[in-house]
Amino acid sequence: MNTTTTDPWIRRSTNPKLDRVMVSPEGVPLNVTVATAGARAGALTLDILIILGLILGVTLLGLLVLWGFEAAFGAGVSLETSGPLNVVFVLWIIAVFLFRNAYFLYFELGERAATWGKRAVGIRVAARDGGRLTAEAVIARNIIRDIELFLPLVFITSGEAEGTMSDFTAWAGFLWVLMFLLFPLFNKDRLRCGDLIAGTWVIQNVKRNLGGVVAPSADANGAGAGQASARYEFSDADLSVYGEFELQTLESVLRTGTDEALETVTKSICAKIGWEPGTGDERIFLEAYYTALRAKLESGMRFGKRRKDKYSADI
Amino acid sequence: MASVATDPDVQQAIESAALKSDRFRLEREADWIRLEEIVTKMEKGKTRRLSDEDVLALPTLYRTLLSSLSIARESSLDAGLIDYLEGLALRSYFMVYGTQTSFGRWLKGFFGGGWSQAIREIKLDIWIALFVMIAGTLIGYALVAGDSDWYYALVPGNFAEVRVPGASEEALRGTLFGAEKQDGLGVFAAYLFSNNAQVAILAFALGFAFGIPSILLLIHNMALLGAMLWVFAQRGLTLEFVGWLSIHGTTELFAILLAGAAGIHVGRSIAFPGAKSHLTAASDAGKRAALVMAGVVIMLICAGLLEGFARQLINSTALRYAVGGAMLTFWLVYFFVFGRNRAENRL
Repeated sequence: MNTTTTDPWIRRSTNPKLDRVMVSPEGVPLNVTVATAGARAGALTLDILIILGLILGVTLLGLLVLWGFEAAFGAGVSLETSGPLNVVFVLWIIAVFLFRNAYFLYFELGERAATWGKRAVGIRVAARDGGRLTAEAVIARNIIRDIELFLPLVFITSGEAEGTMSDFTAWAGFLWVLMFLLFPLFNKDRLRCGDLIAGTWVIQNVKRNLGGVVAPSADANGAGAGQASARYEFSDADLSVYGEFELQTLESVLRTGTDEALETVTKSICAKIGWEPGTGDERIFLEAYYTALRAKLESGMRFGKRRKDKYSADI
Repeated sequence: MASVATDPDVQQAIESAALKSDRFRLEREADWIRLEEIVTKMEKGKTRRLSDEDVLALPTLYRTLLSSLSIARESSLDAGLIDYLEGLALRSYFMVYGTQTSFGRWLKGFFGGGWSQAIREIKLDIWIALFVMIAGTLIGYALVAGDSDWYYALVPGNFAEVRVPGASEEALRGTLFGAEKQDGLGVFAAYLFSNNAQVAILAFALGFAFGIPSILLLIHNMALLGAMLWVFAQRGLTLEFVGWLSIHGTTELFAILLAGAAGIHVGRSIAFPGAKSHLTAASDAGKRAALVMAGVVIMLICAGLLEGFARQLINSTALRYAVGGAMLTFWLVYFFVFGRNRAENRL
């Protein structure tokens, strides 16, 4: 595994066990995060609800059309043979078949490779080998869904309704369902059987905005940052107490931190390097320290020397 | 980057940046933001509204971004910047290497040889499935011939109102040439399609468990057929029964044969992956079988139409054989002759 792209101190997701590297066809390793089982379950639940809603909507629409025919041509017309009832019923059967089988296909073949449920929780389907997600793969992964999801549902509901299930078949069916439902939990990539057959996986979407430049420019107009670098001079000893982990923590404080957080961080840095913390210009002090520390660590980087955190050897 | 360098404000910002890595970022920022705008539009399904320059620029911008990301990973400690680049690289990667170019083009390739070729690739599994199906029919026939009570075990209740062992020739003939149900043909066809498609999908999907459930399902369905065949054979109606069956059966049974073969293909690749890893073998076989399955659904639509309409409307056994035979010939020619030379030339 490439250490520069999977640097452990660059925290990418809440659960590092789900971080993977996918090599793009250009040969550049891309960091991806496998979707959690919870997100998958949530997306699936949403999708099932949407499908049920669609079926319900089509049923109501069909009834409405029939009602319209009744009102227009007199009662009883829709019950006649080869009347509108037949046509509506045929359309209903086709629509239900399509909702059950084509809903996932249609959306996963789209640009975002995700159903509405998957979009809502921010996950998408991708090819495991880093190549193109083909139509065949999407078809394969969704055909398998039939035994994973719909078959057990039909099995359980029909068996329960008819009361024909013996204890043995009930338990066998239950184990069957469990085997497929829990399959993603038993492999590290959270693959369900369909993913396995199709060579796909489900990963998290990433959407981050480009933040501003944290390090102040040398001659930013007039006061503020311009004076900072003039006012604060850090010796090499001052800068050798921290590593990249602390630098990036400082960066996130500077990007999003409150005034109290800035104050706390200033105090702890000053304590560490033996300075007397001033008041009122914490931000300027921290920006100056951040810039100096980053300049030092980055110049080390250019020579291939990196310092993971404050416990690692100085560069 | 020409546009960036000419902008005096940006130029000044670049010059005054305190860190080399920030200078690197400021020089390239505009390209990244342009790429992000293009990608965002594409993600929202507005690809058609992109200007020609944007569409042409996408691959270049994407490759530039990848190289920026590689440089940033090695030279910048700005975590916010690297996060942004990582995210944008992944998003634009999915746009550049997204799903198939268009559904229409995929469909054209599918009918123009892709489907036939996928079927030719699983020929061995088709032979296995065919053997299993013939064996299933014989088993069903033999079981019921030995003890007619087996019939009730094999054939589910709703099938077997009239068609039971010991039924009169009159009654059985009525089921073959009955025209009483013409009113509901459309519904019947749609129902049959939906039902058969689900069985076929099941036959394929069960292949996941090493293909054994697929084989059992094929045997069970064909045993049912064998049992019914026996009932009709007892009254000398074999010829008529096969005619009644063949009008749609050549298409439907062929489709079920292919679905079962696809299931066996997947199961076989998982059990015996050969030189490949289990995962690669499974996904290769799965994608091939998925093409076959997409075709199976289309065949079942044809079968449903034939079963719902043609079978009830055509009441002559000779004509039924003609239609069934014609369908079978069509499928065989399409699958095993059509596009063969082209495929071989390409290889």
